Amino acid sequence: MKNAIGEFTKGIIKENPTFVLVLGLCPTLAVSVSVANGIGMGIAATFVLLGSSLIVSLIRDFIPDKVRIPCYIVIIATFVTIAELCMKAYSPLLDRALGIYVPLIVVNCIVLGRAEAFACKNNLANSFFDGLGMGVGFTLALILISAIREFLGAGQILGHTLIKGFEPVFVFSMPSGALLVIGLLLGFFNIIKNKKS
Amino acid sequence: MKNEFLVSGSPHIHKKESISRIMWAVVISLIPTGVAGVIIFGLDALWVTLVSIVAALLTEFTFQVLTKKKITIFDGSAVITGILLAFNLPSNVPLWLPAIGAIFSIAIGKQVFGGIGQNIFNPALVGRVFLMASWPKYMTTFVKPFNYDAVTSATPLAALREGKVLEHISYLDLFLGKRGGCIGEVCILALLIGAAFLFVRGYISWHIPVTYIFTTAVFVYIFGGNKLFNGDWLFHILNGGLVLGAFFMATDYVATPLTVKGQLIFGLGCGLLTAVIRIWGGYPEGVSYAILMMNGATPFIDRYTKSRIYGTK
Repeated sequence: MKNAIGEFTKGIIKENPTFVLVLGLCPTLAVSVSVANGIGMGIAATFVLLGSSLIVSLIRDFIPDKVRIPCYIVIIATFVTIAELCMKAYSPLLDRALGIYVPLIVVNCIVLGRAEAFACKNNLANSFFDGLGMGVGFTLALILISAIREFLGAGQILGHTLIKGFEPVFVFSMPSGALLVIGLLLGFFNIIKNKKS
Repeated sequence: MKNEFLVSGSPHIHKKESISRIMWAVVISLIPTGVAGVIIFGLDALWVTLVSIVAALLTEFTFQVLTKKKITIFDGSAVITGILLAFNLPSNVPLWLPAIGAIFSIAIGKQVFGGIGQNIFNPALVGRVFLMASWPKYMTTFVKPFNYDAVTSATPLAALREGKVLEHISYLDLFLGKRGGCIGEVCILALLIGAAFLFVRGYISWHIPVTYIFTTAVFVYIFGGNKLFNGDWLFHILNGGLVLGAFFMATDYVATPLTVKGQLIFGLGCGLLTAVIRIWGGYPEGVSYAILMMNGATPFIDRYTKSRIYGTK
């Protein structure tokens, strides 16, 4: 059990997929315009991560080494399709906002990276907690980035205006603003890490 | 026995020049333009410039205290960044705009790269482009010259882009700065006085400014008119921030190539990009983007124009 908790928490801080492993930046840059989008993307990616980690871990002994990547992709694509169809059915607005980036979870390097680096070598329980931790870490990172960007770029959080008379810094709603925010946050977390060690 | 000879590595001959001496000379060379800006646009121009300078200095100081680096606010480089940023703004902006721009220029444009001598891009232009992308409505409304109660007008370049018939402005008026525009870009005469001072002192060379302006003029002459070889090249030289950019921002020591060949390429690239943005781009003015893009290309230009080491093939 202690092991499982360790696998879960490492994805949130010590091996955070966005800020430490620096994986999956493409969807991070693209969808972090608003907190709602960030949460939606995070949940979809967490679902795919969980599902693919479970299945890959279950059949890891049957997958021939030479064709393992295509096998992972097929598994991941299955879960992405499920996520996409669910999103289309229950939340068409979110689906429109995220656009192509939902199907693109198939090639998200966090998902493939966890299958390749963790799930294919570990048992079911550990893989489950690893996938969950990575998913939650990714979601938290997305929420942090998109909260900063939505607040500065539109003066809002989750669509609510916070300060009256605040003139939004429009550049933060644009891709260049995403790069700025991610770069500064990366630097900031590295400072903290260096101070600790 | 006391050793009377100082043993040290080369170089052995020292000039009196230092970074801060050069930087303060550039500050002096910018004074005529500032005075002209205040005469043309009124005291607003002065406040914008002062706020920008103070914010730049405070940011530099705060950043260096926080990162425990040597305090370099007296070497003049932050002052230049503040002045150049303010000169790239309209005079009627709210005063928090130059403050935020200067903070961004120094913090993101300069200090995160490691301070003076390390910045990839011209800090003042980084600040200007940030403001342009964030608050375009403040950045593109200009007051009429000599009309201190804030009657807004478009710059001649913007009017040209929108296809309006230009109210006729003579070349002499443009040269003296009687037009709408940013604080430091309108008075070509004052800019040339400052630039001449820097030339005489040997702080800037002719290579970048001359190739820059010449390339823009030739390109605009060929493609800028309603038919080939019919463009109004003089209009394009005297308008927008071309002269300010060519003499004071494209000649930044840090973010431009080191060799003469490299500087010629740099000027050529800036000129081409400026003309292309002005003629076909989405903005009426392209000097700041052109210089920033060529700043980005500078490491590659430097790599391919490395001078031959003496004695090798």
